Amino acid sequence: MSAVQATKVRGRGVAAVNYPTGMNLGGDPSQALVHATTTGNFVVTLSSVDLGQGLKTVMAQICAETIGVPIDTIIVDTADTDTGPHCMGTFASRGTHRIGNAIIMAAKEARQVLLEVAAEELEADASDLETDGKGNIQVKGAPARSMPVFQAALAAHFKHGRTVSGRGMFMLKRSYPVPETGHMRPSTCYAHACTVAEVEVDTETGEVAVLSLKSAYEVGRALNPKMVEQQIIGGAWMGMSHALYETTEPYYPDRSHGPVDFNEYLMPGPGDLPEFQAVVLERPSDDGPFGAKGVGEMTANSPIPAIANAIYDAVGVRVDSLPITPEKVLRGILANKAAGAH
Amino acid sequence: MEHVKEFFAGERDEGHQAVSVSSKRTDIDGHVTGRTQFYADRAFAGMLHLKVVRSPHHHARILSVDTSEAEKAPGVVRVLTHKDVPKNVYTILCLIQVEPDDEPCLAVDKVRYRGEPIVAIVAESEAAAQAAVAKVKVEYQELPPVFDVEEALQPGAPLVNEYHGQNYFKYEGHHCRRVRFGDVEKAFATADHVIEERYQSSPIEHAPTETTGCIVVPGDNGRYVCHSNTQALFFTLDNAGLILATPFQKLRLIGGTVGGGFGGKVDVIVEPLAFLSSMLTSRPVKYAYSREEEMQVSSPRAAERIVIKDGVMKDGRIVARKITLYVDAGAYSRHTPYGTTKAAAHMPGPYSIPNVHVDAHCVYTNRTPSSAMRGFGVTIGDFALEVQMDKIARLIGMDPLELRFINAYRDGDMKAHGEVAHGAALIETMQAAAELANWPVSAESMRASSDGGAA
Repeated sequence: MSAVQATKVRGRGVAAVNYPTGMNLGGDPSQALVHATTTGNFVVTLSSVDLGQGLKTVMAQICAETIGVPIDTIIVDTADTDTGPHCMGTFASRGTHRIGNAIIMAAKEARQVLLEVAAEELEADASDLETDGKGNIQVKGAPARSMPVFQAALAAHFKHGRTVSGRGMFMLKRSYPVPETGHMRPSTCYAHACTVAEVEVDTETGEVAVLSLKSAYEVGRALNPKMVEQQIIGGAWMGMSHALYETTEPYYPDRSHGPVDFNEYLMPGPGDLPEFQAVVLERPSDDGPFGAKGVGEMTANSPIPAIANAIYDAVGVRVDSLPITPEKVLRGILANKAAGAH
Repeated sequence: MEHVKEFFAGERDEGHQAVSVSSKRTDIDGHVTGRTQFYADRAFAGMLHLKVVRSPHHHARILSVDTSEAEKAPGVVRVLTHKDVPKNVYTILCLIQVEPDDEPCLAVDKVRYRGEPIVAIVAESEAAAQAAVAKVKVEYQELPPVFDVEEALQPGAPLVNEYHGQNYFKYEGHHCRRVRFGDVEKAFATADHVIEERYQSSPIEHAPTETTGCIVVPGDNGRYVCHSNTQALFFTLDNAGLILATPFQKLRLIGGTVGGGFGGKVDVIVEPLAFLSSMLTSRPVKYAYSREEEMQVSSPRAAERIVIKDGVMKDGRIVARKITLYVDAGAYSRHTPYGTTKAAAHMPGPYSIPNVHVDAHCVYTNRTPSSAMRGFGVTIGDFALEVQMDKIARLIGMDPLELRFINAYRDGDMKAHGEVAHGAALIETMQAAAELANWPVSAESMRASSDGGAA
């Protein structure tokens, strides 16, 4: 082995976590309204916020699944406090779970009216009807007796004088912690993650390169698998950045040298990103929409300790403060050498 | 990305048509072509810009504020101080009955962190507002600051926030959020090993692509419309209404399309001042953070200090876990009293430990107030817990993943905060990760299950 190679040492570390869905300690209500227009579309009216994670898409999927219509016939109208019913907000990994449940309730009510109107049109019993997921309503077992959802929506308005609409609400009773014991119900279901990190530490400089992050995530139900994957990759990146790079106060608790822009606030660049591998498990929650749990926040958590543990595995240095900078790692390596020299 | 279907197969319904499907994001075309409208893409005739005078000191008494030069500066339309804000002192979580109100919208007689807003300037352009900021004269008497959470809790430490009267948040009369389960001291006495370790994090920034901001526009019927990138519209509306002492019916929030939140846009900071300025000038007003403000003035993730003391048996069972946790709230509460409770509830991690003792302190210091961030109350706890698990494994000479299998929580286990666990899946998640990463695990652990199967 050459001297250059000998300065790079590899190690592996593991970490496992779980994560609570929602913010039940403050009460956690959200509402949704659903109605059909005479175009054959359904509008989901909310006051909920899409932060870029894809909330609008998942809400459309949940509504489409519940009514049994194509997703491109769902319009998500958000967010305006004059038109949208109340939502606590997009935080605490609550969006998919809380708002999704409200939409299911609203969509079921709208679907029932839709089927009642179609029942009159098809001269059948509403309980004998089903939606085919492609925009039609048909008699179960006799698909020849069918009509387009669009025609049913038109008939509801112009012939039957009915609104195809529904109201949805999800609320958990607020939990008040018992002051003496801390007994409480802080959230509903829990998602899970386990990450194995592999790192390479440069013993001359203390720099840490993350070679790979291999993780399993249990998410209840992946309502949109591709978007779950995006959260997982983005979250793992954020965790790696949290572990090794970021802070607004580099000498905490000293307040000096705070970064003010992205030249000073360090984050990994594309060349620093490791190999990602992930698998997804699904244990449906008993109270989530189609079993979904909140996974948005959790995905950043397990990489951080996994990387810290991998660094120890590589060079025998424990850095118990974040971020784990090259300076801290190098000081640890030097301290170990000094201790070994005695 | 692979779906591992063999786990929990009997618990799932299959045959969905619109969910469990990777349908294309409905808004992605607009995002990648630049057509998506964010709040800042809206233009309004006669729009004014708001900038604030910020404290250069960490802790100081305000002796005097002279805005006369700024008021005469070119382009300045209005100058606001705390006297203009109807209910100047507030706390965000008053909506869920958290007390006391502890933060001024504009500083009154004291500043408690560097960057605290004192005076707001509303002007025809951003440059004019910025130029006038430099013309406001504030006289300070500096006070000793305190930056360290444990120093802040010492007798005689400088008092950060007079509204609390002490440097910590009181939980129903207690100096911290407590979790009490079993008897840790008794268990430590009989444990084969006792290991106590200390962990620390520094604040980090949400680093959203789009900085925090809003535009308020006078609307019809004496109402005001706020285009905002808040993460919570009604939360913002209600807090703004209280601060402005305005009936909620007069206010309207429009948003829902945001360039990254990560918890940083759950605070209600820019909207109340923008509403007030629009009301006082009858013109549209924009208040947007610069990147520097986003990084140093807007709330970061709280720094935490966590001490974990564990009692461990030679066979790997953790029999006691005692946690002392300090969350650095900075100068004001914002969401940190909630996050500290969430941190306490998360302990002792995803493990079944029969004796648990948690003291979680929400501590005030003279730094930028911290608040919500992705993994609120959990991320730093997980760092500490999972490094601690690694240390325990090394101490007793056990594989770190095996140690986790031994202690993993399962359905039916009692959690430290008094809930019976259900829907657990840690064991299966570790099995899948071990397989993916080729991490050797005993046959016994690979056979274990969360719903009560063999261990």
